[in-house]
Amino acid sequence: MKYKMKPGRILFLAIDVLVLCLITFVCFIPIWHIVMASLSDPTSLNSYTRLVFWPLKRMDVQAYKVILQYKTLWISYRNTIGYIIATCLLTSILTTMAGYVLSRQRLYYRNVYMMIITFTMIFNGGMIPTYMVIRRLRMIDTPFAMIVPGVLSVFYILVMKTSMENVPLELEEAARMDGASDFTIMLHVIFPLCKASFAVIILFTAVAKWNDYFTALLYLPNKSEYYPLQMVLRNILVTSTSDLTSDTVSMQNNISLYKKNIEYACIVVSTLPILCIYPFVQKYFVTGVTLGAVKN
Amino acid sequence: MNEKFIKKRGIVKRKRCTVGYRNEGGIKAIPHNLALDIRRNRMLYVFLSIILGYFLVFHYIPMVGLLMAFEKYSPVKGIFGSQWVGLRHFKNFFTGPFAVKLIRNTVIIGLLDFAVNFPAPIIFALLLNEIKNRAFKKIVQTVSYMPYFISSVVVAGMIISFTKAGGIISVAFSFMTDHVSENLLNLAEWFRPIFVLSGTWQWIGYGSIVYLAALSGIDQGLYEAARIDGAGHWRQMWHVTLPGIMPMITMMLIMRMGILFNVAADKLLLLYNPANYEVSDVINTYIYRVGLGSMDYGMSTAVGLINSLIGTVLLLTSNRILKKTTGSSMF
Repeated sequence: MKYKMKPGRILFLAIDVLVLCLITFVCFIPIWHIVMASLSDPTSLNSYTRLVFWPLKRMDVQAYKVILQYKTLWISYRNTIGYIIATCLLTSILTTMAGYVLSRQRLYYRNVYMMIITFTMIFNGGMIPTYMVIRRLRMIDTPFAMIVPGVLSVFYILVMKTSMENVPLELEEAARMDGASDFTIMLHVIFPLCKASFAVIILFTAVAKWNDYFTALLYLPNKSEYYPLQMVLRNILVTSTSDLTSDTVSMQNNISLYKKNIEYACIVVSTLPILCIYPFVQKYFVTGVTLGAVKN
Repeated sequence: MNEKFIKKRGIVKRKRCTVGYRNEGGIKAIPHNLALDIRRNRMLYVFLSIILGYFLVFHYIPMVGLLMAFEKYSPVKGIFGSQWVGLRHFKNFFTGPFAVKLIRNTVIIGLLDFAVNFPAPIIFALLLNEIKNRAFKKIVQTVSYMPYFISSVVVAGMIISFTKAGGIISVAFSFMTDHVSENLLNLAEWFRPIFVLSGTWQWIGYGSIVYLAALSGIDQGLYEAARIDGAGHWRQMWHVTLPGIMPMITMMLIMRMGILFNVAADKLLLLYNPANYEVSDVINTYIYRVGLGSMDYGMSTAVGLINSLIGTVLLLTSNRILKKTTGSSMF
């Protein structure tokens, strides 16, 4: 239906586009600023107080050379990737199992089990009691503390359960007639039909693990060799207690001039990979958020 | 015993049969017998016990640990051996010097965060919905989701770097207000806006996803009908668009209510420092500091329990209220 736009409408659309452009700009510019500033000439950067749109003076990659040699960062990078792989594996196995069990109508007391599980979403024991349990399990200061607590999330179980409930019962019956066990049915009949939800759960778990520093702060108090990337970044960017940029060390190594460049370069190497991957998985990501919200 | 049971009931036992299905019309459901059920569906119960075991260990046993809130907890004596002190921790907290400040900060930051960051994605989605150009829409969406992928540590690092004396935000404000550029995080009046607005930056795009999905699900016929009835764009938005996404807003509101005063401690812990304790110290950061910093487990657990209970009550009440008023709810 084509019709002439009123002046008021045109004004509204103009303001709308302007506001959206502004939001986009504000979302994007800090990231751009960080990338460009990390490549800038350090003396000009340290006295420059405006947005950096392009490397100042000349491209300087010294900061990247410095952090390339900073082992702690790369070890933590490796740790984080390890945690992500382990968590995703465990989460996917357990969530699939939970989703399968709780979506079977033949299970007696299904609603009771559901209530037991969803209750933990409404009420929880809190930080210290959970910490005590982890400590009693002797997980403090071990990599397990980074993986096991929080490996199952009620929310993902609900997503998995709903998508498995939508698989027709006849498929399961047919497989059962052919002599398939529950395990086979789960793996070869139900699971292939729920791959979308599965992908989404993996994606979200991976992003959450990537961003997580708090678990390490709580459960890895004395083991810096197990630190995930975010914990090392915290020491560099926030508390300035890392052996890379703390004042005493940078004086010795003559890199205090590069402090800002190094900080920004750390942000770049730790954030750019995920920002580069994300547009390719955006589709799943959007389905995921919607899926979780609509189905509940 | 099970064979006997089946014979008595006159049900033929078939190998791997579907007798157990409750909701199948054709096959008669067997009377409930857990032992038999477990034998039939062994695998199912193995899975179930793993899952329930996980929740037992990591969610229900900590609830037993809440007893520490009423004890003078000593690690040597354990939870069941420690001396019972009743409500002393609660009394100490509420009469202590921190309670008023913590509760005030928690409520202010929580409400401010809610007032700004709950409507922001809705407005953003509505604005985006008015745009018909696909390419522009796509670019705005892709870019605005980006900050979500930046970890809170990096966000905190960026905030610290931008707002300290000589940082770009600090300098920009010093131009506007004619003051010298100083560390904004140390100034009480700046801490809250910085915390809340950086949250907007992080979440606005991500938060709008669900609303955009709801918006795309609205029947286009409704708009046409409204147009034929002579509704302008504003009236269409008021009478078609808003009712269309209302269920989604309701649900997000309930979920949001549960964490209203559960201010994100992980981000606050990165941004706060002794200079801004006065405005930045909230219940969650206190729980962390007292519990794991000064090892006062009893006190920390007690405050945590209050916090959990407030969250639960808020979640359930808002759910109840919205169920009555709008008919949609979560539970």
